[in-house]
Amino acid sequence: MDTRKKQTHGGARPGSGRPKGEPSKVIRLPVSLVPTVQTLLAAQDNPLGVLSPRPHAPALKLPMFGHKVRAGFPSPADDYVEAWLDLNEHLIEHKDATFFVQATGDSMTGAGIQEGNLLVVDRALEARHGDIVIAVIDGDLTVKRLEKRRGKIRLVAENPDYPPIEFKEGQELTIWGVVTSVIQRIKR
Amino acid sequence: MSFALVDGNNFYVSCERVFNPRLEGVPIVVLSNNDGCVVARSAEVKALGVKMGTPWFQLKDLATRHGILALSSNYTLYADMSNRMMGILGTYSPQQEVYSIDECFLGLEGFRPEDLADMGQRMRQRVRQWVGIPVCVGIAPTKTLSKLANHCAKKGLAGTEGVCDFGAITPGDMSGLLDRIEVGEVWGVGRRLSEQLNGMGITTVRELRDADAALIRREFSVVLERTVRELRGVSCLALEEVAPNKQQIMASRSFGEYVYALDDLAEAVSTYIARAAEKLRRQRSLANAVQVYIRTNPFSEKQPQYQRGITVPLTQATSDTMRLTRAALWGLKRIYRLGFAYQKAGVMLMDLHSEDQAQGVLFAGSAPARPLLMNVIDRANARWGRGTLRLAAEGVRKPWQMKRERVSPAYTTKWDELPRVN
Repeated sequence: MDTRKKQTHGGARPGSGRPKGEPSKVIRLPVSLVPTVQTLLAAQDNPLGVLSPRPHAPALKLPMFGHKVRAGFPSPADDYVEAWLDLNEHLIEHKDATFFVQATGDSMTGAGIQEGNLLVVDRALEARHGDIVIAVIDGDLTVKRLEKRRGKIRLVAENPDYPPIEFKEGQELTIWGVVTSVIQRIKR
Repeated sequence: MSFALVDGNNFYVSCERVFNPRLEGVPIVVLSNNDGCVVARSAEVKALGVKMGTPWFQLKDLATRHGILALSSNYTLYADMSNRMMGILGTYSPQQEVYSIDECFLGLEGFRPEDLADMGQRMRQRVRQWVGIPVCVGIAPTKTLSKLANHCAKKGLAGTEGVCDFGAITPGDMSGLLDRIEVGEVWGVGRRLSEQLNGMGITTVRELRDADAALIRREFSVVLERTVRELRGVSCLALEEVAPNKQQIMASRSFGEYVYALDDLAEAVSTYIARAAEKLRRQRSLANAVQVYIRTNPFSEKQPQYQRGITVPLTQATSDTMRLTRAALWGLKRIYRLGFAYQKAGVMLMDLHSEDQAQGVLFAGSAPARPLLMNVIDRANARWGRGTLRLAAEGVRKPWQMKRERVSPAYTTKWDELPRVN
């Protein structure tokens, strides 16, 4: 039976009505301000009373079932929330070994890595042929695709303007980590 | 049961090298707060005979000759790398005691003795690959011996490739090995104690191990007697998996430039109180007394010297920043003397006890504590960064703030300071 449907039409709405016993007052608001005031009211049980997004939350949990919930009242949708999605969980397999770096330059545009993109780097992974890796070249960190074929190792740019870097027998290549994701903001 | 002691080699220097591979092979020192003294040295610098704690200005000549590079300490980076390292090591045993920023003990229970050295190699390899930090591992039946095994691994006196398992050494070889190590290397035997031991004819670890335990107890202490037993392989020290609450909380810094005026000193003292009070609240304690001290620069012999501290008792134990600040500033006014070039100030919150053992005040009239306000301040500062909400007493310009001229970026904790790759 679809209880959700039943709940959304008619009947008493939890959270509606004014607190009993307290006198109320009607105020006029510009329509554009209504959402702001509603958000303020919804957050009233926040002891800080301050509203601002946390810039770098350690874990961002988004409900899979995105029903708007009034704080403090049981929601009929609660029973339907099955899981929480955490972007960190999706992007990071080995927390202690994962670092973020910022891409500069245009040597990897063919692989979808643009200037300024954030790269998720997992040092716990063993670099394999075809992986995009962070390597140390002349003391600098560089991002390239790793090629291992017939005993020959190359670091290849994904841009024809840059020649591949070849490694000869006995020459040491230091792999710093394996890139697992590229994060690109498309709207500021 | 066996213990492992795992610690990072030249930890601060290694952290810097992970993100700046150019520093590999270069002699590096990391300087204390305010770029004063050497707090970490790379292997190259150790080989030049530079000691821990040497003031940087005394090293300038040597540094020019050998190209020694100095970095300001970047504790934000070191703490993050430490957490990662401890997280990895914690997966090897359910019992872990984080002993300092770069070392931890692990309880190794239920493993076959012959597997322990291999396990040490796996830990070492994994920490090296996952976070880039080289570590050494010492394994032994007691904590004191595992510290010593770690020393042997680090110096290459025993074991292989940075892992030393005392369990794999025969008793005869063990005595020979301990005979080659100075007694001062033993955990808990400091410089003064080892001088006293030398006076009794005990110069090597083997001699301390074989000393008469009753005599050691009589001449020194139960603590040193316990050390003797631990050296014999009898485990007396258990892992402390939960760090005990601190009995006192200190905050002190030397200034970036000399400070003369009371107002500037008051700003610094207020800032340190705010920091210490935040720590106090985090461990849910209250302080019964506040100590404040100020001093001039003891290295600058030509200038007039002054140093003085004062302890201010509180009528009621508190963790309220405003009340602690008021007490500290009251004390500061009493010890301040005009006409000196002050180089350092510090505060200490003392006589701490837990929040729920608070004692009522007999004579009313003291200002009310503001736990809610303090909670708001702590949460705002945790969210938007230290000092976002602060007392005006801390000042705005802060000319006395410490110098960190050579600090590397916060590579792992700030979005705009991430390592760059091209």
